[in-house]
Amino acid sequence: MKVDHPQAVYEAPIDFSAHTMTEINRVIGLFPEGKQKSAILSILHLVQDEFGWVSVGAMNRVAQILGIEPIEVYEVATFYTMFHLDPVGKNVLEVCRTGPCQLVGSDDLIAYIEEKLNIKVGETTKDGLFTLKTVECLGACGYGPMLMCKYQFYERLTKEKVNEMLDAMRAASKS
Amino acid sequence: MARKLLIEHAEVPGIAAYDVYRKHGGYASVEKALKTMSPDEIVEEVKKSGLRGRGGAGFPTGMKWSFLAKPEGIERHLVCNADESEPGTFKDRYLMEKLPHLLIEGMITSSYALGARRSYIYIRGEFMYILRILEKAIAEAYANGMLGKNILGSGYDLDLVVTPGGGAYICGEETALLESLEGKRGNPRMKPPFPAVKGLWGNPTVVNNVESIAAVVPIVNEGGEAYAAIGIERSTGTKLISASGNLVRPGVYEIDLGLSVEEFIYGDDYCRGIPNGKKLKACVPGGSSVPILPHYLVTKTAAGTDRLMTYESLADGGFATGSMLGSGGFIVFDEDQCIVRNTWNFARFYAHESCGQCSPCREGTGWMEKVLYRLEHGQGTLEDISLLEEINKKIEGNTICPLGDAAAWPVAAAIRHFRDEFEWHVKAPQEAQTRNYGLIQAPLEA
Ligand SMILES: Cc1cc2nc3c(=O)[nH]c(=O)nc-3n(C[C@H](O)[C@H](O)[C@H](O)COP(=O)(O)O)c2cc1C
Ligand code: FES
Repeated sequence: MKVDHPQAVYEAPIDFSAHTMTEINRVIGLFPEGKQKSAILSILHLVQDEFGWVSVGAMNRVAQILGIEPIEVYEVATFYTMFHLDPVGKNVLEVCRTGPCQLVGSDDLIAYIEEKLNIKVGETTKDGLFTLKTVECLGACGYGPMLMCKYQFYERLTKEKVNEMLDAMRAASKS
Repeated sequence: MARKLLIEHAEVPGIAAYDVYRKHGGYASVEKALKTMSPDEIVEEVKKSGLRGRGGAGFPTGMKWSFLAKPEGIERHLVCNADESEPGTFKDRYLMEKLPHLLIEGMITSSYALGARRSYIYIRGEFMYILRILEKAIAEAYANGMLGKNILGSGYDLDLVVTPGGGAYICGEETALLESLEGKRGNPRMKPPFPAVKGLWGNPTVVNNVESIAAVVPIVNEGGEAYAAIGIERSTGTKLISASGNLVRPGVYEIDLGLSVEEFIYGDDYCRGIPNGKKLKACVPGGSSVPILPHYLVTKTAAGTDRLMTYESLADGGFATGSMLGSGGFIVFDEDQCIVRNTWNFARFYAHESCGQCSPCREGTGWMEKVLYRLEHGQGTLEDISLLEEINKKIEGNTICPLGDAAAWPVAAAIRHFRDEFEWHVKAPQEAQTRNYGLIQAPLEA
């Protein structure tokens, strides 16, 4: 159960890109007539892909698209941990902290990234490039310690691999 | 090395593509089933195979299928549970990433057996890259007439959709999964009614794990009896084991059920023992929810017989001295690991993942985490250990879904077997911060 929640202020629905809208219509079409709400998690992923996070305005727009009440979107978005309900850095590093990863050094990995980026878990670097989060088991336990960023898994991480990964992400964010 | 019924071709280059998969015998079960077998005949073969659900509970798949309600004019569904969120478990990911068509083939054959014409694969959102692999494979299956209308001229129609979760362990529980698939919060439903009667959108539904569905392919191809010939007792066939923790070679292995635990941990074909010459301290053999075993109960049962990788042998001794095969998430701890720390870690996991519906689970998991945090950080008391046992009893059996039990059992087992280590954390808090307790001694009678 996630505890953060959207602010209780009204925000006007925002528009999504043409690409996002095409994809939204595709995933809605995967479900039978009258069951469009089943596409809601797919849609929230698509929205987050476009904006990096899910704002109240975006959720209000999702509600319009699905023809449901905004609360039905909020209650879903607040339940599932993958959705960021506040702005985040360009690269969200989600480090697994659960048992099997801890056995092979996830605590050290987290400490090392904190030191390298000079932020604590939950924080974003000043340049807005990185947010560090911890998450529970990502189904990669035999390949720990590991983290996920933009749906990509970085496994069997060492200090060297983390350095390379951060450099590559910095370079990609510049171009 | 033992035979592989599921992942034999996993490392064949290009096997994720339809043509390559087909060249290696893929989709034979669909041809056999749709052209030569009635749905009931398939259910019979699955019953004969003795296949038990690979998602964790080990419920006989054939029996589950025969419970599916079949009222006239009402749609039925097969839903594949690809949520794979039990810590220590990563086998379904391997299977789907390498062999997406094996899962799709199993979905077609199984859906036909159940009379489902609209089936779903619900995959955890973090596996988005695998969802893409599956989407591509599903499109290929449609293009080759294995999905859609009138499959292989049989008159049978099937639509298959893969859809993501959003990050919530509880959505691996089958009724929470169905809620999530309906676009809601993942709050488990009261049972009865069971999904077999009222499942997705109120329609009769079978929910099966990825590996269970994949196993239907060799069962239909070779026959239920051939499958049942592998393994021992009521543990038939092969099983994917996810091995993690302190092992030389962690990873996914397909084993014949009945392999000895000793061979699995130390054998050359499997995990090759513990790195850096360290000793085995403990093992959680079936995913984070099952009881932990101290080193002296891992390769031998309390009765002194060899412990085997089967549902029965891993459970030998009940909760007093045994554990469970569960999802096959096999987690190994070396002598440097702290049991209190690990128990706290798992308690934190369950507190984080409780859906919050039932007070005993919502509050109890939070309490357990706090108390274990105290113990691990040198602030605990001896009463805290009894308090944990009290909280445990208040959660166990008092919740809508088994997440509460899953949270309570590991704590109970850790205290049962490692009480001395817990007490040492209270009596020598300074020392406990600087060194590890080491191996626990076997009680004299064990
Ligand atoms: C808290 C909880 C989490 C679960 N997670 C999973 C999971 O990730 N994958 C899975 O296949 N089954 C999981 N299960 C078991 C399912 O409820 C269900 O028994 C299973 O999908 C049935 O499939 P099977 O009979 O083929 O094993 C979980 C159960 C509980 C109580
Ligand atoms: S414990 Fe880290 S991926 Fe499973």
